[in-house]
Amino acid sequence: MRFLKNIRIVLSLLFFIPIFLFFIDFSGIVPLHLHALLMFQWIPALLSLNMVIIGVLLILSLLFGRIYCSTLCPLGVLQDILSWKSRLFRKRKKKLRFHHSKPLNVLRYSILATTVLLFVFGSSFLVIQLDPYSIFGRMASQLFQPLVILANNGLASIVNGMGNYSLYQVEQNSFVPVAFGISLFFFILVGIMSWFRGRLFCNTICPVGSTLGLLSKVSFFHISIQESSCTHCGLCEKSCKSECIDSKAMKVDDSRCVSCFNCISSCKNGSVKYNIRFKPKAEIPSQTPSNNSRRTFLLTSGAVISTLALAETKKLTGKKDNILSRKPVMPPGAGNLEHFNTHCTGCQLCVTKCPMDVLKPAALQYGISGIMQPHLEFSTEVFCTYDCNICSTVCPTQALNHLTMDDKKLIQIGVAQFRKDMCVVFTDETDCGACSEHCPTQAVHMIDYKNGLTIPEVTEDICIGCGACESICPVKPYKAIYIEGNVTQIKAKKPKEAKVFDKVIDDFGF
Amino acid sequence: MKRRDFFKTATVAGLATFLKPEDALSAGLSSSKAPAVKTDMVAVMGGEPEEMLLVALKEMGGIGKFVKKGQKVVIKPNIGWDRKPELAANTNPDLIAALVKQCKIAGASQIIVFDHTCHDWKKSYTNSGIEAAVLKAGGKMVPGNDESYYAEVDLPHGVNLKKTKIHKSLLECDVWFNVPILKHHGGAKNTISMKNLMGIVWDRGFFHRNDLHQCIADTATFYKKPALNIVDAYRIMKSNGPQGKSEADVVTLKSLIMSPDYVAVDTAAMKMFSQVQPTDIKDVRYIDLAEKLKVGTQNLEKLNVKKIKL
Repeated sequence: MRFLKNIRIVLSLLFFIPIFLFFIDFSGIVPLHLHALLMFQWIPALLSLNMVIIGVLLILSLLFGRIYCSTLCPLGVLQDILSWKSRLFRKRKKKLRFHHSKPLNVLRYSILATTVLLFVFGSSFLVIQLDPYSIFGRMASQLFQPLVILANNGLASIVNGMGNYSLYQVEQNSFVPVAFGISLFFFILVGIMSWFRGRLFCNTICPVGSTLGLLSKVSFFHISIQESSCTHCGLCEKSCKSECIDSKAMKVDDSRCVSCFNCISSCKNGSVKYNIRFKPKAEIPSQTPSNNSRRTFLLTSGAVISTLALAETKKLTGKKDNILSRKPVMPPGAGNLEHFNTHCTGCQLCVTKCPMDVLKPAALQYGISGIMQPHLEFSTEVFCTYDCNICSTVCPTQALNHLTMDDKKLIQIGVAQFRKDMCVVFTDETDCGACSEHCPTQAVHMIDYKNGLTIPEVTEDICIGCGACESICPVKPYKAIYIEGNVTQIKAKKPKEAKVFDKVIDDFGF
Repeated sequence: MKRRDFFKTATVAGLATFLKPEDALSAGLSSSKAPAVKTDMVAVMGGEPEEMLLVALKEMGGIGKFVKKGQKVVIKPNIGWDRKPELAANTNPDLIAALVKQCKIAGASQIIVFDHTCHDWKKSYTNSGIEAAVLKAGGKMVPGNDESYYAEVDLPHGVNLKKTKIHKSLLECDVWFNVPILKHHGGAKNTISMKNLMGIVWDRGFFHRNDLHQCIADTATFYKKPALNIVDAYRIMKSNGPQGKSEADVVTLKSLIMSPDYVAVDTAAMKMFSQVQPTDIKDVRYIDLAEKLKVGTQNLEKLNVKKIKL
């Protein structure tokens, strides 16, 4: 049965490597359709109510246990890599270093219950912060991608100096303090936990891990130790990164086992088996009552905690309108604020894929629940490209519904607000027109002002809120034209085409 | 593709019989064939981009007059927008390809093409068709998307713009060609050769804050003048410029105007443009301002202008 571990490793890398490359790629070389791989992530599948994928994942979990954790989850595989790499820094004897520990049930089920209850009551705060896939996405976008860009720019300046432009300078503008801080915090937390204790994060903090743990208690296949041949050598226990094997008692805690099969490979005489579960009927009644009481306790305590947290959230979101002068601009396809805020897990995929880098993780623009959810932040020549629908294409949770290119060009995500008294045409009486120049629909267009000058005017119903005008407005520090986000994205009117010029010109005119 | 190739061959073959056979392909490599009286401007109408370029270059004395063997050449088209060629937001890719080919024939050691784009530079380079055309013709595309590609230059004759950062490839080259497209422009009224210079500088925000027209005229005082301004008026954008909304903004004039004089070429182009969309040249203030800075002349009467219809 030793081949099982190899299959697990190959499968996990088959998912992890493309997903990792997809996240850190800043140039668009990695093909866009790789986003299909992300369909198999639990939280995105649940949020987008993708019944087929949920069904497949459910069947897989009920058959094989937590193979999601060991093969599909990029954060899980990242931990395995860290944990594996940590061996290089250990003495030879300590390479097999794990030992059995008790499950931290109170903690893990409280976190799970709080996450679920908060979500049921309308706040996705914990879903966003604790979804393992999204935690991985944020590390990739806030920590790994900037390092890749840094390396690229270093190499680019060398080869550009030699007259080669196959590499080019890329602007580092993904840095957002709050997002960076949270990503770094989780990187350190996950890093330390996995470095010293293997899959401790997955078995105490991760709500997906806790849920799948409940399922894997009844999975069709599970790890068991053959009592007749076991020599209690303890190798399986030492190799178990979930610390769920008690070699003395010859017991495996299925709820924490991630089906990595390391134990099978470590066992010298083949006593560790991956077998069909045989459950003696007598055991069931003895276990269920205790479990039930424990669960009731946990659920109630969870409910209390989450209600408190929810109240806190409401208070803070209530402040939002007063603090911020404008409503945030959601990415195209978000539909309305409520849909977007409850479906987006802040995985940052759209942020890393946005070719203009206009998408940024929010700080408090959407309130405390929406920290990490993307919004549009316009800066010089950084705006939403007219001919681009990448974010709505790659979104794995359907927080952004897929828009065809034609639909995208008509989705109004916000409306330009022109403040004439700040415009350079008004204040300096000179021509400018940068806003209109950049407006793809000519919702912002120039009308006669005085002395041959022209001044901008906004036709709101054809404005799509792309922010090109705001991005290029030269007025500092507060722009004379800016985008007010739409709470509900609507369809803009199609811009009218110009009158066709049908006369024939056959003279030079001079 | 085959049909297009056929037409290209046919055009060149046709020219070969039309012009003197020995200099048909290179449009007169040697300057010995240059006419006795200096030509200040050539305007051509009624041909395809490549054939009009060849005719105009020949009138100007041949590519060899401008590009010497082993020189580094820069071509600066307008590639500002992520738009296909039919929308006339960017310079015609066939024209750029033809110019690259001519520079190659003249023996240029390196031909660089770049623009500081307004839209995503990679998409603009690709969708304008210019990247593919340049690479095929043997030129090199260089990015202009990062400040590190620019270096500060003094503009001692500038009024508002006294110094600015200009793309290094231009500072390092031996000779360069300014190849704008003729378009309506919401801010500057029209964009032709001098407005195209905003694509060689890094900080354009300064222009908009400090009298756009004056800054454009100031940039035209940059000491390194282009060998030629080649205005692409094969397709022009008559309205909703500089991006355009649809092909309804486009008028096909099948024309090309060429001159080393910024002001003269912009004046001529404005007169041509006004036949489609009447515009008061006084409103395109940078033309007047540049003339005041002695960049060139609006008085086309004084110049030796060749007009050729094909």
